[in-house]
Amino acid sequence: MSLFTVDGISLQFGGLRAVDSVSFSVEKGEIFTIIGPNGAGKTSIFNLISRLYNPTSGKLFFEGRDITEVPPHQIAKLGIARTFQNIELFENATMLANLLVGRHCHATTQLWQEMLFLPSVRRAEMDHRRKVEEVIEFLDLQAYRDKLIAGLPYGVRKVIEVARALCSEPKLILLDEPSSGLNVEETDDMSFWIRDIRTELGITVLMVEHDMTLVNRVSDRVLALNYGKVLATGTPAEVQAHPDVIAAYLGA
Amino acid sequence: MRFIFKTDYDQDIRILKHGGYWWSYGILLAVLALVPFTVGSYLQSQIVFVFIYAIVGVALMILTGFTGQASLGHAAFLAIGAYTAGFLQSHGVPFIVYFPVAAILTGAVGALVGFPALRLTGIYLVIATIAFAFIVEEILARWESVTYGNEGMRVRTLDLLGQPLPRDGEGFYFLCLAILVGAILLALNLLRSPTGRAFVAIRDSETAGKSMGIDLAAYKVKSFAISAAVTGMAGVLFAHKMTFISPEMFTLLLSIEFIMVIIIGGAFGVHGAVLGAIFIVMVDPFLTALKDDLPVLVSDIGASLGMARDAAGRLRDTMSAIGSAAGLKGAIYGLIIMMFILFEPYGLYGRWLKVKLFFQLFPLYKKATFKRQKTYVKSERNR
Repeated sequence: MSLFTVDGISLQFGGLRAVDSVSFSVEKGEIFTIIGPNGAGKTSIFNLISRLYNPTSGKLFFEGRDITEVPPHQIAKLGIARTFQNIELFENATMLANLLVGRHCHATTQLWQEMLFLPSVRRAEMDHRRKVEEVIEFLDLQAYRDKLIAGLPYGVRKVIEVARALCSEPKLILLDEPSSGLNVEETDDMSFWIRDIRTELGITVLMVEHDMTLVNRVSDRVLALNYGKVLATGTPAEVQAHPDVIAAYLGA
Repeated sequence: MRFIFKTDYDQDIRILKHGGYWWSYGILLAVLALVPFTVGSYLQSQIVFVFIYAIVGVALMILTGFTGQASLGHAAFLAIGAYTAGFLQSHGVPFIVYFPVAAILTGAVGALVGFPALRLTGIYLVIATIAFAFIVEEILARWESVTYGNEGMRVRTLDLLGQPLPRDGEGFYFLCLAILVGAILLALNLLRSPTGRAFVAIRDSETAGKSMGIDLAAYKVKSFAISAAVTGMAGVLFAHKMTFISPEMFTLLLSIEFIMVIIIGGAFGVHGAVLGAIFIVMVDPFLTALKDDLPVLVSDIGASLGMARDAAGRLRDTMSAIGSAAGLKGAIYGLIIMMFILFEPYGLYGRWLKVKLFFQLFPLYKKATFKRQKTYVKSERNR
């Protein structure tokens, strides 16, 4: 059984069909990439998965469970984490605070315990911190622990967003254009990390990406999308050779 | 410059981060403990008001500074706390009972006010809280069987376990100080635990917070409830300090003063609430003195510079007319807020941090360190 299945999902904004009965499934341990021209509906699919949008029709299944009606704040608890195309970090907090928010779905302490900061809260905090530290180690972010996000360069923020998603110990991570705004070197690092996330941490990756070098280098399977419709699914080479995909990008 | 070598995660968690904190806060507490025995009763009374304002400041810091939900209704929360105390005390309930009851009741009202906040943001939320404050003010004026309406309610001396604490005594001073310290510890404890981080997350990006597993509705209501409850505690102390409470004490201007506390202090840290409270409480006697003395001073200077006697007299009369004009206080407060937002957006605490950094880095401090630069446009699509 697939880890994650999208079954004929559609999203309608008034007269515009942003996502048009898209179906695909992501197997456990694979890197699955969604490509497509601007406005194809890639990020809309992500927003549907993280339940920021309600689908007009269709269903989402995660580990065999229907998550179409699950409220957005419970998605993380199920094991789906995401990053954002334009970086949605908590600007006026330190990187550590940002990563610790990533641990929020594992918080067990009650409000009254936190107000008094009982020893149980301190222990829980230390545990969270230990997990966060593992992610910091994994993504080489040691230099930025106490830095405010507002003062960090774009490339670093992009990595911190991935780190925050990893802190929630997800089973599936959604990366929305992990390489946008990064230079060649940073994109290289990102491609190594994406593969490490899969092989070392065993997390399934679903990403949206424009940089075809990165796509070719890391993806197992690719789905091409245009005007909300699926054009082709398959290995990167198959999809790039597909006549509909070539037509969509080059306008044949 | 101090460099802290961290060997333990607890070093990031504990409140007093290093030895210097023990020294500075220890000395501060020692000085505050000596105050009632050294300064005059007027100054001691002003300091008690600083404590009460600072408690409200901490409450607003939790709601506005950390959670990013503005409120101009905190005077109403203060009123609910104050009236609950007055009412229960007159029915023979002891302080150790009505103090928590007032806090819980105000917190419950705060949670109710929090519900509109789930749908409203920014200026619309401010309007909703103003509307709430007006409703409370009106209820206080009309519900005469409980509040004695516009005649006001007399509040008897605070009685702590059979020990009377008169409002000018040192006992009351230390009670206020203890409750302020408790409120500060509560805010700091929240900040270093998941709830406080969820508040900050809501302030900075609701979308990201939601996808990180934060239930926006629950945390906004929690933030309102905690903030209101702390304000309610301040209300109890306020009632005992004033000994007489009436609806016209809890007006919009008071709510604005509370917002000023955190804007002037710096709306990003608990220190700001205390610094802002000191500023606000001390600015009032300063303005009063100015109102009386400035016209005379100016006309005297004018006369000594050779201004005709009747012209100097007219100048003095005009100035004192302006000084006693209705609404002048509000205008000056507005001006102070605008000046702070324009020139000192991080408030007094922000300025203090800059001064501290200047000496830590001397002579390497760069003027541009705190220059605000345009940051990347955040996605507005999911909002």
